[in-house]
Amino acid sequence: MSAPILSVRDLVVGIGPDAASPIVLDGVSLDIAAGETLCLVGESGSGKSVTSLAVMGLLPRGALVARSGRVLLEGEDLLAADRRRLRALRASRMAMIFQEPMTALNPVMPVGRQIDEVLRAHTSLTPAERRRRVLSMLEQVHLPDVARVFASYPHQLSGGQRQRIMIAMALILEPKLLIADEPTTALDVTTQKEILRLVHELQEKQGTSVLFITHDMGVVAEIADRVCVMHQGTVVETDTVDAILRAPRKDYTRRLLSAVPSLTPRAPRPVASAEIVLETVELGKVYARRRFLRRAEETVAAEAVSFALRRGRTLGIVGESGSGKSTVARCVMRLVDPTAGAIRVKGRDISSLSRSALQPHRKRIQMVFQDPYRSLNPRVTVGESIAEGPTNYGVPRDAAFARARSLLEIVGLPPDAITRYPHQFSGGQRQRIAIARALAMEPDVLVADEAVSALDVSVQAQVLALLDDIQERLGVSLLFITHDLRVAAQICDDIAVMQKGRIVEYGAASEVLTAPRQAYTRQLLDAAPGRDWDFARFMPREPAAPAAAPVADVAKPSGGH
Amino acid sequence: MPGYLLRRILAAIPVMVVVAVFVFLLLRLTPGDPAAVLAGDMATPEQLARIRASLGLDKPVIVQFVSWIGQLLRGDLGTSLISQTPVTTLIAQRIEPTISLALLTLLLSILIAVPLGVLAAWRHGGITDKAVMSFSVLGFSVPVFVIGYILIQIFAIDLKWFPVQGFRSISDGIGPFLQRATLPSLALASIYVALIARMTRASMLEVLGEDYVRTARAKGLRETAVLFRHALRNAAVPIMTVIGTGFALLISGVVVTESVFNVPGIGRLTVDAILARDYPVIQGLILLTSALYVLINLVIDLSYSLLDPRIRY
Repeated sequence: MSAPILSVRDLVVGIGPDAASPIVLDGVSLDIAAGETLCLVGESGSGKSVTSLAVMGLLPRGALVARSGRVLLEGEDLLAADRRRLRALRASRMAMIFQEPMTALNPVMPVGRQIDEVLRAHTSLTPAERRRRVLSMLEQVHLPDVARVFASYPHQLSGGQRQRIMIAMALILEPKLLIADEPTTALDVTTQKEILRLVHELQEKQGTSVLFITHDMGVVAEIADRVCVMHQGTVVETDTVDAILRAPRKDYTRRLLSAVPSLTPRAPRPVASAEIVLETVELGKVYARRRFLRRAEETVAAEAVSFALRRGRTLGIVGESGSGKSTVARCVMRLVDPTAGAIRVKGRDISSLSRSALQPHRKRIQMVFQDPYRSLNPRVTVGESIAEGPTNYGVPRDAAFARARSLLEIVGLPPDAITRYPHQFSGGQRQRIAIARALAMEPDVLVADEAVSALDVSVQAQVLALLDDIQERLGVSLLFITHDLRVAAQICDDIAVMQKGRIVEYGAASEVLTAPRQAYTRQLLDAAPGRDWDFARFMPREPAAPAAAPVADVAKPSGGH
Repeated sequence: MPGYLLRRILAAIPVMVVVAVFVFLLLRLTPGDPAAVLAGDMATPEQLARIRASLGLDKPVIVQFVSWIGQLLRGDLGTSLISQTPVTTLIAQRIEPTISLALLTLLLSILIAVPLGVLAAWRHGGITDKAVMSFSVLGFSVPVFVIGYILIQIFAIDLKWFPVQGFRSISDGIGPFLQRATLPSLALASIYVALIARMTRASMLEVLGEDYVRTARAKGLRETAVLFRHALRNAAVPIMTVIGTGFALLISGVVVTESVFNVPGIGRLTVDAILARDYPVIQGLILLTSALYVLINLVIDLSYSLLDPRIRY
């Protein structure tokens, strides 16, 4: 390998300048060659973002401090560079794009000006030249109507467009190194595919080296040349993508890969009961925004949604953001009132029941939310949280707490958890608590809205196994809302694919995911990163069913297929 | 935006009507007969009746109200019972010192407080931060008149930089005006500096943790650009709210300062009118301040949408 563009050597980063305080990076070393893509993978807390911020010199001041080691950018030690030098290098020699394109752009400044700032800070071009450069860069990231986009504010653009703006801003000065910190995690799969392709295209054109941080093995399989696996602040192993995916040498890498759910649906389960516990008939929700002296603006969030869920089964609703899947979940919960159709819970239509008439039916359907850090009240003990529902329905306090204790055991938490507070638990444990809380009402249906999306893959696998186990033991039905086809493949019996408020395809998971009939379903499957890999088996997946469209290559061949 | 402006102005009408009703009832609901109060202890029944008739108090309440509203709409606020001058004239004579003092105070407060708040947030937890916060506690807790007398002692009596008291109109030239208005404005500003600096610091602290601030640094911008161009404008809405309410409170805070520095403004007029039970003047002043509050609120709300393009009405 020729001299690397970036070379990190024995980097140690600690909390605060005090040498005795804990360290978060313990001797990290990595190299990136010119034009190469190195994927930095690991679970939350592994130190991958800290590594990237240390390279950019953007560690939060006073909170995290690089204590030793070297960060060499084309041979120049960045840890020894002063602030002025670092400022000069940023954007011109090394640039960064971030996870959330919404929050990473200044909401009160037109995006054109935000890109222009890079040129103003680093070049002496005239305003007219700068504008030309920015507009040409906007064209290079394939944005439409560049003059309009130039003057737009971030909130007027879509998530994918905002990420294109970020990329334009990062690459306008053709830096040698691009650091991308989970740049597609917040995007839909189809948008993700386009963004990955764009990064690759510009990388080829400018010869940029890319340090790509991700937790998604699918993305790794698509874009990486080499992979660096991190765990608890250290590098576990670094190798070519093929070697990592096919023959990982370290246990931790094997565990990480084994936890990635396969896109191949699990074997169909026998139907245990014919009883339909939840059914929607032509369910619809229209949001009308009344405007003074003007016609109401209507937004159709869901339309003609019909499905049936049997006892002990799992129905997945999959779709991209804005497809209406969460609206359906909220209608079913009667958290919002549907504007059309019926919701039958064990045969009784609850779609138009009044607040008080609804009361006895509420406990039949319970919900588990996406973010366990926000769905549990931080000032209420775990026991109180779980027992609150039943006591509201007249269960004596002692009995409710006894039940809470047995539920904690079912979800695999120690009995003393009952007197503790949510902040004393990890994300996965909190989601277990949220599940126990939902189960405390002895519901017929559990609605899980992206319930594992915020969790690391290994934790995700555990929570999915827990849901499976609970279903077997208690016979509860699951309505599982997710954007992740891999997760859907591993937990759902049936799948409804939603797009623009409607169900476009509905059937057994084994059929929808292997022989999709609708173009949109195929498009979703095609966009799923790493769709050709069965990570848990360390090999490419068996060829997809003949019904699948020819697979388009997203970035570069990652070997092995 | 013009539609919104129109709607906001229309919405101010009911508010002003409620104020007008309250002001009208103020005179009628005050314990005792205002005519008796006016006439004094030695008045004869004939004198009382004459005063009542001149105030219109002998007619039914509804008739009184309608004629009073009619006067208001014609811009007639009545006549002072003491000086027999129209209330509008009295207010017009006194309003310039008060408004110019209030505006100067506001300007000084913002110019001092916002950079202090930004600095404190930037150096969060450091010595600068602690100094700014201690200073703001001081600004909150020391009464305006104490600060006023301290400023007079140091800058007017010891250093002789400024005159001790008095007021000169801006029309007499900016120099003489500033010479007399600076000390009262500084005294008045102390509490607003404390308030606005605190709010700026809190709001900036929140914004400095945002992703786009990190983006701005990743672009290689200077810290001043990061702080003032990117962070401050995003932090501005809560700061504007505080400045708005501060300005509204300022109108009442001016009373004490005008007394300390002997400025012939609205504040002094109010005190004199209340002490003399000069009801028409009190009524006019209440109406004036209410209208000012409504106006300030409108300006603040409009400023939000200028600061943040996501806020649209």
